[in-house]
Amino acid sequence: MSRIFASFVRHPSGRIGLVIVSLYIVAAIMGTFGLTPHNPLAMVPIDRLKAPNEAYWFGTDILGRDTFSRLMVGIRQSMIIAFASVACATIAGTIIGLFSAWLGGIWDGVLMRFMDVLLAFPAILLALLIIAIVGPGTITSIAAIGIVYTPIFARVVRGPALSLKQRDFVDAARTFGSTQPYILTRHLLLNLVAPLAVQVTLALAWALLTEAGLSFLGLGTQPPTPSLGLMLAESRNLMPQAPWLMIFPALTIMLGILGFNLAGDALRDILDPRTQRREA
Amino acid sequence: MTKLLSVRDLRVGFGNDSKANEVVKGVSFDLASGETLAIVGESGSGKSVTALSINRLVDFGGGRITGGSIVLTRADGTAFDVTGSKEAALRQIRGRDVGMIFQEPMTSLNPVHTIGDQIAEAVRLNSGLRSDAARKAALDVLDRVRIPDAKSRMDYYPHQLSGGMRQRVMIAMALVASPRLLIADEPTTALDVTVQAQILALLAELRAETGMAMIFITHDIGLVAGIADRIMVMQHGVVVEQDETSNVLDNPQHEYTQHLLRAVPHFASGNAVRTDGERVPAREPVVKVDDLVVRFPVGGGWLKPKGAIHAVDGVSFDLVAGETLAIVGESGSGKSTTARAILGLVDKQRGDIAATTGRSKRPIQMVFQDPFASLNPRLDVEALMAEPAIANGQKHDKALRERMAFLLDKVGLPEDALKRYPHQFSGGQRQRLCIARALMLNPDVVVLDEAVSALDVSVQAKVLDLLIDLQHEFRLAYLFISHDMAVVERIAHRVAVMYAGQIVEIGDAKAVLASPQHSYTKRLIAAVPAIERRKQHFAVDVTQVPSLVRPAGYEPPDARWREAGSDHRVRHEDTP
Repeated sequence: MSRIFASFVRHPSGRIGLVIVSLYIVAAIMGTFGLTPHNPLAMVPIDRLKAPNEAYWFGTDILGRDTFSRLMVGIRQSMIIAFASVACATIAGTIIGLFSAWLGGIWDGVLMRFMDVLLAFPAILLALLIIAIVGPGTITSIAAIGIVYTPIFARVVRGPALSLKQRDFVDAARTFGSTQPYILTRHLLLNLVAPLAVQVTLALAWALLTEAGLSFLGLGTQPPTPSLGLMLAESRNLMPQAPWLMIFPALTIMLGILGFNLAGDALRDILDPRTQRREA
Repeated sequence: MTKLLSVRDLRVGFGNDSKANEVVKGVSFDLASGETLAIVGESGSGKSVTALSINRLVDFGGGRITGGSIVLTRADGTAFDVTGSKEAALRQIRGRDVGMIFQEPMTSLNPVHTIGDQIAEAVRLNSGLRSDAARKAALDVLDRVRIPDAKSRMDYYPHQLSGGMRQRVMIAMALVASPRLLIADEPTTALDVTVQAQILALLAELRAETGMAMIFITHDIGLVAGIADRIMVMQHGVVVEQDETSNVLDNPQHEYTQHLLRAVPHFASGNAVRTDGERVPAREPVVKVDDLVVRFPVGGGWLKPKGAIHAVDGVSFDLVAGETLAIVGESGSGKSTTARAILGLVDKQRGDIAATTGRSKRPIQMVFQDPFASLNPRLDVEALMAEPAIANGQKHDKALRERMAFLLDKVGLPEDALKRYPHQFSGGQRQRLCIARALMLNPDVVVLDEAVSALDVSVQAKVLDLLIDLQHEFRLAYLFISHDMAVVERIAHRVAVMYAGQIVEIGDAKAVLASPQHSYTKRLIAAVPAIERRKQHFAVDVTQVPSLVRPAGYEPPDARWREAGSDHRVRHEDTP
């Protein structure tokens, strides 16, 4: 574990990704405990649409709320949804992929074709469909984004699981009479940790974007809770007068995605056995 | 004899700083036309790089010749400087003067073209012949490499041919240009022992027919006795010994050559079999296999298999405690499938496998060929060793840890190995680990599926000794699957020879190895390479393994056996 962290710090773009992701996590935690410069929900009519200044670092919106504080809480909201949905997708996708590979035959066919159907829809469209059926809200967003990314995890797990299943150590385990749950967890899942870790990091970036998209369309987080997508949507009509209302949330989204992507790429390099061998 | 090739102080390096990363450090040799030079060495000794420098193919692998000279005498008598020539000039040399064949014939052939087209293309490029004439020339050359029924094989794709056939096709392609020097880079390493003998015989005959010189690269010094005029032994990029074949083999000067010769497993035609453990027929067998049949359905469409591969077809044998039965045969003979069926890893169609359940719930355990693949890389040794016990309801407690430590000690591994991971062990140590793990459940029978084949020769000997010691101590019965006759001779009490899914000969090891009765056993034993076989040419034998794919519902005729001795049974050969 410490070795992976050390390689992260050594990896040039991994270092940048790590800094960004840490920054966002700190911001999210501070947002949770109210450690923001201003109350993100407090409306100060006299300070409406202030440009960035010493008191309001990123300016204020049309209701006089501090953009910086709202961004911190927005990051928290986005992170909660991203982490929760990716967790759902990881668990569901891993189980589906693992069973699909292990059982094979008709199970494999049915499960993976169903995953293909889900994958055929554009992510945001599928999430829209689910929310349209259930109704908007934080929990619905988590479920919708989770379902959208499940097929990707199912695929990432199924491929290596199929080849692991053929390996001698799985055959050896069968000759001892090891139970299926034991083989599935110790021999298959344990060897899938590396590809899964990479996929989780990358999926967090996509989930962040999808969440922002849903909120922008008014189907994710509901006002008055601040959210990155929602702030973008509110800024649309005020763009000429208050460009900071759009620039800062957009930059926040972009930087977040960049951070997770860089971290994911670095993780892939670090966990790749070929690069490991080169270091050894 | 005229001088064909002269290599002086050749140095080859790799990478950006090729002077610093030298792989070949000053190699010199001469080759006369019609002469065969064998370059022998372990992997990393620079033997292949030396050979690839002769036609400068090494350039394409990132290598640079950093010093020395290679001078080739061309057919018209002019000297050609290989080291200083441009790519365009080198292309004139490749094929026409220097032909080459590689280790893996499958990857050297293009899978989407028929072999006839591929050879005809070589003909077109070399002699400018067109369509029909080129095909006819291709057919001629296929005949020359003794491919049976060459006319119909012209339209085969590479995957439809066996490994030995593919290597013949590669040789045919090299022969198209009538090279004066043929470089063969481990041409038989990927092949079975009888096929290896066929290819060696073919190369020897072709050399006699065409008068070409040959450079034969191999890691197996036992192989070269029959084919080479001179031997050059390489280690770490330098030549440690170079002389006439008989001088090197009988009177090796360098200690590395001596080490190589000692390490080669020695097959003594049944004169070195084990003398312990007389078979007592009255004793109850620990495992009895009766009429085992394994078939894999192939072809056909929906719900309607057209036929089946008869991988194992009516195999019967038994094993008593403390005895080793070796199953020998080539790849595809069904020996591994037999082992896997006994362990329940493949489904059998028919047959009984009765094992006594005396001291263990799981009386049969297995050790696999590849010690790198049979241990989960993410688990430490303690978890790996505990798995069989936990799978059978034991607790991971002090008693279990004591048993692990006891068995690790028995196989010669330190106790602190428990906290380490598989990648921290060498191949031999890992195989010891696998053996210890197989013994965790105190089995009666251990199936060893090519268990020492992946190990270096010197490690192999130690693991065999260990297996014999463990057999005495725990009264284990071994089912030892192997293609290596020298190894079988060391460990087996009894030998069963498998051919095309059936046992063709079974009995006492000495009887089977010393006086083989079945024609296949005879061929198998005759093909074992040995240092003693100087210049003793094998007859070119084109016998093919029959196809194992049978129509649905096919049953082989009942086996008829004859007794060749007190414990030696031979299957009657069907006259077609």
